[in-house]
Amino acid sequence: MRPEVARVEEPIGEASWLERGALQQLLDELSSRGFETLGPVVREGAVFLEPVKRIEDLPVGWRDEQTPGRYRLSHSGGERVFDVLHGHAGLKRLSFAPREELLQIDTQGVGRPFTARPTLPEPARIAVIGARACDLAGLRVHDRVFLHDRYPDPYYATRRGGLFLVAVSCTRSVSTCFCTSMETGPEARSGFDLALTELEGGFVARAGSPAGAEVLEALPRRPAPAEHLLEERRALDACAASMQRRLETKDLPGLLYENLDHPRWDDVAERCLSCGNCTMVCPTCFCHDERDEPALDASGAVRVREWDSCFSREHAQIHGMNFRPHTRERYRQWLVHKFASWIDQFGTSGCVGCGRCITWCPVGIDPTEEIAAIRGPGE
Amino acid sequence: MTFAGDTSARLLVPEPAEIVEKRSFGPQIHVFRLRLCDPTARARFDFQQGQFNMVSVPGVGEVALSISSDPNDLDLEHTIRIVGRTTRVIETLGVGDILGLRGPYGSAWPLLEARWKDVLVVTGGLGCAPVTGAIEYMFRRRANYGQIIVIHGVKKPSDLIHRERFEAWRREPGTQVLLTTDQPDRTWHDRLGVVTELFSEVQIDPRRTIVFMCGPEVMMRYAVRILRERGVSMDRVFVSLERNMKCAVGLCGHCQFGTEFVCKDGPIFPYSRIARFFNVSGL
Repeated sequence: MRPEVARVEEPIGEASWLERGALQQLLDELSSRGFETLGPVVREGAVFLEPVKRIEDLPVGWRDEQTPGRYRLSHSGGERVFDVLHGHAGLKRLSFAPREELLQIDTQGVGRPFTARPTLPEPARIAVIGARACDLAGLRVHDRVFLHDRYPDPYYATRRGGLFLVAVSCTRSVSTCFCTSMETGPEARSGFDLALTELEGGFVARAGSPAGAEVLEALPRRPAPAEHLLEERRALDACAASMQRRLETKDLPGLLYENLDHPRWDDVAERCLSCGNCTMVCPTCFCHDERDEPALDASGAVRVREWDSCFSREHAQIHGMNFRPHTRERYRQWLVHKFASWIDQFGTSGCVGCGRCITWCPVGIDPTEEIAAIRGPGE
Repeated sequence: MTFAGDTSARLLVPEPAEIVEKRSFGPQIHVFRLRLCDPTARARFDFQQGQFNMVSVPGVGEVALSISSDPNDLDLEHTIRIVGRTTRVIETLGVGDILGLRGPYGSAWPLLEARWKDVLVVTGGLGCAPVTGAIEYMFRRRANYGQIIVIHGVKKPSDLIHRERFEAWRREPGTQVLLTTDQPDRTWHDRLGVVTELFSEVQIDPRRTIVFMCGPEVMMRYAVRILRERGVSMDRVFVSLERNMKCAVGLCGHCQFGTEFVCKDGPIFPYSRIARFFNVSGL
């Protein structure tokens, strides 16, 4: 099986201009091609990735405010569709399911003969409206982990192959964003089928894959006028300049490996609740548990995998011994893996600068601040 | 994107294997010989010493266990210590019962690289299981190896399994076998104390010695220090690490140690590769 995740690195063809109303036609076009269309939907004071059929399902007139440990939506009115940057849930769950049934095992009981067969998911066609550049970067990291390592994962491959991604480049940032430091945003440059930049009255649109080009051709469009392209460039540059957080990434692995016994780990452990929120909202965290869930009549079992967190007490535990017994070691594992050993393992940072871990941390711990503290004022 | 690799789920599916022999060493330790129910599956389990299988009781759980039989044997041997939920169920099984096997996974002892060289094996506790197969492998091909020194420490005499193998190795020419325990009883006629104290009794030529180590990390830390003082290159010291493993294919994240996934990069590492992390506690 070869998952269809090939994307071209450069947009295909010229930039087009879509009037705002064409967004409805985009949703309809994707539906008619058999895609379930998902996008940000306002619910319970946040946005969730849920089915969207009409423009009005999207957070029109809403925007998000994100600060360490705080997330608020406000309805500011206006017609802008994509001023909410992101919610807690990114794209991760679409390709790496929070809970995946891996095997169906049939057996007559312990020690008896058994048969086991993989339960690969039905390939679903899902179109996501409003993926951010940081989300695409997260997916790129997961493609590296799940598809391009020694043991490619067939479950991920199946889910991933069914995704159609409509990216939206960011024209505003929130206080927890630092994608410019991680060189992943704010502009969606690759890894999408279609990319939009929202301007007054409409969108600059580009195709990033043959499938995206086909969809774009079916929409009412005209070549993007030069003044819109200029306006787009200015909006993207202004967004990049508005970024309030920075992370110095120079030789992060060296810095962190040299400082595995830095007192800052004790300091952050005093604040960290070890709740695992950061790992759940992170677009790249991939740790998961695997276990057999027996049928009630003992006729068999389902082997499942489910998201796990390196903050859980059992994560590094084997028969009565725990390699990371304290929060200090767990936080260190998370941060050092994300920003350093990930690079050794996969040739890419595990951080995409989306800032979710900062926003959704109940106590507002900010890895950019922790790393700066370890780096010290001298550097 | 080019994409080369096996995306079938085969590596994740346990293969039924029948228990053809069970030997018990006290209540805690059992050695199982397993025969794959589908004889054609054996070729897919072609392994090298030091690699491991995921051994499962379907519906109960799975544990990572090194393979201690010879690669040329038809049957696969696993030594199981009863420590948790899954192993407690495995303990109740006997000849004729079925277990699940998937594998083999991980890195192997450098037994080819060690040919024509001296080999020092340092092990502690039941940690000897991953390495007894390697020792046995060398003795079956004795002419290919130089001096073989085995230093093995156990907490208490009943932890010493395969005593007959150690006695047999001890009788071979060019071989030194040192056994020690912390808690001797009347049956014990070997050394007393910890493994690292026995280093003073062995002569090694650092230029032609390869070291295999397996056991508690604290023991290996001390041993590394001594070996370094003796001038042994850390590229020639191989250590076997143990971590929590669920998937065995480098995806579940549990077995990470510094930059390594113990399941797919290890469990056997040249010490030089993990040296920067080995003295940090809590990794």
